[in-house]
Amino acid sequence: MSKLIFEKSVPGARAFALPSCNVPEPGELPDSFLRQEDALLPEVSEVEVVRHYTELSQRSYGVDNGFYPLGSCTMKYNPKIDEWAARLPGFANIHPYQVEETVQGALELMFDLEEMLREITGMDRFTLQPAAGAHGEMTGVMIIKAYHNHRQDLHRTKMIVPDSAHGTNPATAHMAGFEVIEVKSNERGLVDIDDLRSLMSDQVAGLMLTNPNTLGLFEEEIQGIAEVVHAAGGLLYYDGANANAIMGVARPGDMGFDVCHLNLHKTFGTPHGGGGPGSGPIGVKAFLADFLPVPVVVKRDGRFALDYDLPLSIGKVQSFYGNFGVMVKAYAYIKALGASGILEACENAVLNANYIRTRLRGHYDIPYDRLCKHEFVASATKQKKEHGVSALDVAKSLIDYGYHPPTIYFPLIAEEAMMIEPTETETRERLDDFVEAMLAIARDAVEHPEQVKDAPRKAVIRRVDETGAARNPVLKWTP
Amino acid sequence: MEIKDGLYYSEDHEWVRVEGDKAYIGLTDFAQEHLGDIVFVEAPDLDGQFEAGAVIGAIESVKAVSDMHTPVSGKVLAANEILDDSPDLLNKDPYGQHIAVLEMADRADLDKLMSSADYAAFCDKEAE
Amino acid sequence: MGYVPNPSRVVREMLEFMGLQGRDDLFADIPTGLKLNRDLNLEAPRSEQELRQELGRLAARNTTVDDRPCFLGAGAYDHYIPAVVEQMLLRSEFYTAYTPYQPEISQGILQAIFEYQTMICNLTAMAVANASMYDGGSALAEACSLACDVTRRSRVLVPDTVNPSYLEVARTYAAGGKMDVVVVPGKDGIADSAAIASLIDDQTAAVVVQNPNFYGNLETGLPAIERAIHSRKGLLVMAVDPISLGLLKPPGSWGADIAVGEGQSLGNPLNFGGPYLGFFAASEKLMRKVPGRLVGQTVDLDGRRAFVLTLQAREQHIRREKASSNICSNEALCALAAAIYLSVVGRDGLKEIAARCHQLACYAKNELQRAGLNLKYPQPFFREFAVAIGDPTAANRALLDQGIIGGYELDGGLLLAFTEKRSRAEIDRLVSVLGGIDNE
Repeated sequence: MSKLIFEKSVPGARAFALPSCNVPEPGELPDSFLRQEDALLPEVSEVEVVRHYTELSQRSYGVDNGFYPLGSCTMKYNPKIDEWAARLPGFANIHPYQVEETVQGALELMFDLEEMLREITGMDRFTLQPAAGAHGEMTGVMIIKAYHNHRQDLHRTKMIVPDSAHGTNPATAHMAGFEVIEVKSNERGLVDIDDLRSLMSDQVAGLMLTNPNTLGLFEEEIQGIAEVVHAAGGLLYYDGANANAIMGVARPGDMGFDVCHLNLHKTFGTPHGGGGPGSGPIGVKAFLADFLPVPVVVKRDGRFALDYDLPLSIGKVQSFYGNFGVMVKAYAYIKALGASGILEACENAVLNANYIRTRLRGHYDIPYDRLCKHEFVASATKQKKEHGVSALDVAKSLIDYGYHPPTIYFPLIAEEAMMIEPTETETRERLDDFVEAMLAIARDAVEHPEQVKDAPRKAVIRRVDETGAARNPVLKWTP
Repeated sequence: MEIKDGLYYSEDHEWVRVEGDKAYIGLTDFAQEHLGDIVFVEAPDLDGQFEAGAVIGAIESVKAVSDMHTPVSGKVLAANEILDDSPDLLNKDPYGQHIAVLEMADRADLDKLMSSADYAAFCDKEAE
Repeated sequence: MGYVPNPSRVVREMLEFMGLQGRDDLFADIPTGLKLNRDLNLEAPRSEQELRQELGRLAARNTTVDDRPCFLGAGAYDHYIPAVVEQMLLRSEFYTAYTPYQPEISQGILQAIFEYQTMICNLTAMAVANASMYDGGSALAEACSLACDVTRRSRVLVPDTVNPSYLEVARTYAAGGKMDVVVVPGKDGIADSAAIASLIDDQTAAVVVQNPNFYGNLETGLPAIERAIHSRKGLLVMAVDPISLGLLKPPGSWGADIAVGEGQSLGNPLNFGGPYLGFFAASEKLMRKVPGRLVGQTVDLDGRRAFVLTLQAREQHIRREKASSNICSNEALCALAAAIYLSVVGRDGLKEIAARCHQLACYAKNELQRAGLNLKYPQPFFREFAVAIGDPTAANRALLDQGIIGGYELDGGLLLAFTEKRSRAEIDRLVSVLGGIDNE
């Protein structure tokens, strides 16, 4: 067990000293504003801090440690040159309120990144401000709302989302003040267009759609869907979580989407940081450009500037201009790949997913077993029914084989779901090894189900008491 | 799975025990089993007025959350405070712990609910 | 240069294995008319060497706070970042990981977040802190919407001494229709506590107070505001500066129900505005309503201490349209930076840094006054204050000409920030430039 940093604290130990200072002034803070008791922070030497966080890193697992087929998260390799770039002092050490002439390089990068994203998605304008995918969704849905309101079309109170949608979609629509209406999936795992038709009315603001959807299936009727939504005056929102599956091949802007977000931390190779920071730019068609958050980056007479003059803007969604450090990495990534590299990445992401799907066939149920895009859903229903081994058990067993488990129990419309997204940056050998592990687990489920249910045994801890954690929450350390 | 006689049952898997004008509302054994380990009960607002079928609270398990509906219309008189600290009692003794007590507005609401026998058949059908 | 590892021969073999003729077959499900059917119009792929040169050139076109002393604050601060923070963040087990959904292989990150939550609780004197929000502005917006949610009221009073960007973000969130943000004009650079008290009614969900406020001033009316809002059963939301909490009374001691703020100062570079760190802390009573991720302590099957994401039933992936927030990805790595930073500077270090910032600000104030300039507001301040200047844009230009990144331009003033990185000599230069300009 790893001690907490607080438990390593030794009174008087320190890892920090201020530079000397020859300013005579004492403080002038009123007594009533002073803190009575010191904030309890660790007192640790530098070497102990370093060992502590080194140890914690060794008890973590990233893409650099191994295969990470976490569906819907696009855990591809994060190029090291991108990390280098983001840490350049010229990018990292500039203040957001410096006068524009001192940050021309940063503004140019944002301007160029926007241009590249426009080309990749077929949208007309972008904002880079949202800090994450869900933040982008909120921005996009607020833009849809502002558009309808501006047209005095004030009765559009409903937002449609598929039953296979990410949880962020309904949560976002609700946050933006919409009533959420669910559209069913058909037996092929796609939006049931008849159901959609029956739900459309002049009260519907729009439809939020992921394409390919969370089952990894391309919405083949997307043109028909767009027609149905547009005919009723609604707008179409593209959840870009799965854009890795189509980039370079097809574009949301050409499919009829009016607003789209991208996850730079999924599609464009920027790391996920153990939970963030991400970046969730929003692209819109020209007729929505006036509603984008301020400021937008513009180029005037060869110089780059921040333009706050958008009278119809929904306002700001972040204090400054977005997660610039993440933008630098995505910019470097797209520049490195170019058009051919982006297509190649997409093709290989789809290839790898289909390869695993084909190889698992017969060993695990595959509820929608046909050509998939960048990910697919396998299911442990057979194992569960015959041997009591669930998707959770399979996932935990994979840990013992050295892999990060896939996303489990999502999407909600598949039972015992295991959503597998290998990404393009895995070799065939690694995919084969993973498949062998999955097959071994399937065998174990038959021969020693109790072992599978007891996994993992090789991790630093065994399964944890999540119920106890939620019933009696301990959310901080107390001495 | 236990179904107790003498109670009224709703299709949302709540039971109602009637004492005079008061309706004690709880969660059935079937419901608690499907939810799994219950970790928190979001109690209804005291004095809140609700129509039958309205959401009056929520039941949380580790990986799921389920709305708590009231099978009868009325005013909330009390919540079961024991559940604040011991939500697990809903798993251990679903019929022994009510979640809320309502002052019934209309006894006719009870006519729309199921008997224990009807509810048993209803659960069999749901389980299929 | 791409990062696809399979040579084309292997790709061919994989396609053959699946019975596909070529790569196009992988996209047979996309209607032909929807396909791009051309190359994307992007520049030619770059080698790493070319990238390094190009990005280096682009970065070099920016003037950094390393080249020029920086007196800009206004929500983002140029504090010193210890080398340990930078080095530890390069551990790729941290930065290439996803959200720690699987506790057995994520104990390190989970423990680090648990420690971070503890540090934020201790700094703010609040009971609960989440794993992070996007930034200070969005954290404040979420705090306001949470206050509306739990009080079932809709009005939030915000003095105009709160960071205007935070206010704008809160207004954007308010377009959801469940909250109404009312701005209350301040007086002499601080909130007008009497005006706020008179506006509080039984529809007021919360009052927001930033301390030190946007102008760097201490909100001396805080106790009155706290009494007024709590007497009407509304919530006190405070936005605070984490560095200041080394010295200043924490929000928990002021009676705040929710405390939020910008944590960039804690070991995160300026990054031209992001990624930053929104921190979010609340009272015990609000624990199950807090947005975002929470790490809790528990035990594993062998009874060993373990950490896990907990109270997930609050979150969007479970509660969907009933979730109070849609946040999913947060700023975990920035929170990790903050935790490492606070471990390095430690209990005494944070106090000393706060004291140094304040001391330097006091020195600057005295020197500016000696040079004939006046404060815009006659208030006690922490590490930032506004000096009255007729033409702040011209003043900033003059400063830049002298190799100094000046302050944040206010109407008739320049907001100047002083971190422990500023030296007496740099402040003397600042004063000599500002003292030398024609100040009408």
